[in-house]
Amino acid sequence: MEDNGSLEVTPVPASVPATENTVINVAGGQPEIRPDRDSDQLKITLGEFEGPLDLLLYLIRQEQVNIYDIPIARITDEYLRYLNLMQELDLAVAGDFLVMAAQLIELKSRMLLPRDPLAVDEEEVDLRADLVNRLLEHEKFKAAAQMLWSRATVEQAVFTRAEMETDKNNPEVAVGLFDLLTVFQKILARHKEEVLMEIEREEITMAEMIERLRNMVRSAGELNLITFFERAGSRRELVVAFLSVLELVRLHEITLLQRETFGEITARGASPA
Amino acid sequence: MIDKAKAATATTNEVDFELEISSDSETVEGRRQISDAELKSIAEALIFVAEEPIGAESIADLIDVETDAVEKAISKLVREYDSRNGGLQLREIAGGWQIATRPEHHENVRAYLRSKPSAKLSLASLETLAVIAYKQPITIPEILEIRGVQSPSAIKTLLDKRLIVAKGRKETVGRPMMYGTSKEFLIQFGLKDLSELPSIEDFRDLAGGES
Repeated sequence: MEDNGSLEVTPVPASVPATENTVINVAGGQPEIRPDRDSDQLKITLGEFEGPLDLLLYLIRQEQVNIYDIPIARITDEYLRYLNLMQELDLAVAGDFLVMAAQLIELKSRMLLPRDPLAVDEEEVDLRADLVNRLLEHEKFKAAAQMLWSRATVEQAVFTRAEMETDKNNPEVAVGLFDLLTVFQKILARHKEEVLMEIEREEITMAEMIERLRNMVRSAGELNLITFFERAGSRRELVVAFLSVLELVRLHEITLLQRETFGEITARGASPA
Repeated sequence: MIDKAKAATATTNEVDFELEISSDSETVEGRRQISDAELKSIAEALIFVAEEPIGAESIADLIDVETDAVEKAISKLVREYDSRNGGLQLREIAGGWQIATRPEHHENVRAYLRSKPSAKLSLASLETLAVIAYKQPITIPEILEIRGVQSPSAIKTLLDKRLIVAKGRKETVGRPMMYGTSKEFLIQFGLKDLSELPSIEDFRDLAGGES
């Protein structure tokens, strides 16, 4: 079952016999089963159900019985009725619900049996004590969960300072060859779209391109690689530009920074180390 | 988490380095002589740059003074922050100190950061988290016992969000993994430490009391 046994009932099976009038409301709220007075049918509202203990607690509250003195027979019947309903509605009934059903039935039958007269006459143990303790324990943790929820709500309104460049993701380490290629490909793609009129072929050598990159980095301090690549007039020039970036990185003349994943990459003159 | 911790130490080391340089000139034998006012401002600076809540002890170690003195300086700072009634608060969280905005400004801060409140945990995840917080270290079968329902996806969510961490194995049949809450849990729920959680028994009144 999806997420820990809460009942997810979307979409409702279109044609479920015998429950045509069923109203199902999944969003939040407390689960409810209300017998419809006018007909034999039940109206149910399913809330967020966390499991068999939740269902039991709900039934106990519904029946308005004392949690320390649970009428096991009555509650077991209610519980089974609910399970049947869930099955009728084609809901996958989680194994946990069936385990609880078995435990309830066992409890019910043991309480019906006369006590073993041969049994050592110890103080009378309430067979239900275990169940009651589990239910109380469960309620406590439900309350604790509420407390955590409200704490988290307050905490979400509190902010700390933004990360500084020195903090964990040092962008220099983050740029990989593939990030570079991605930038390069972006530029290539953009160039494809532009219709270029090539009047005459201007050849630029690798050395010239490296010099250009050096100058641009030096004068700008920090250079967005897109700006650099965009100056290239032809595909061939672009390739040369790309190679020159690689070359200067290799020579440790520049370092590349990428501040966020898939973000733009900037080149920076390497600090003389 | 580990990365974060590393980065935090890295940051700390840098500060350490600078301080060592400057301290050459003014070091007296043993403990440095630092005025209360200076100590207070150093502590504030360190708390400001620290990526994670920073403890008084770390500050004391760093600038080589008694932890007591740092604690005093910090409590003075706290009083200053409170009396100033500004937008910031200095608070103790997850065993350290942190400078953060006051919650009443959340709408404006959020507008600036263009952030939405992050998705809340589901009720099931919160319940599982509550069980783990109060019963840690606890194994998955023990969680099942209390919750009465399997909670694999809740546990996965909590692990993904780093709210819980594995805390070794239980020496019993099958050696199941035990889980406990993380430092991130303390941070996200605004707790100094686990003892700040209200006692689980206090919930009894809420729970069984009505019937």
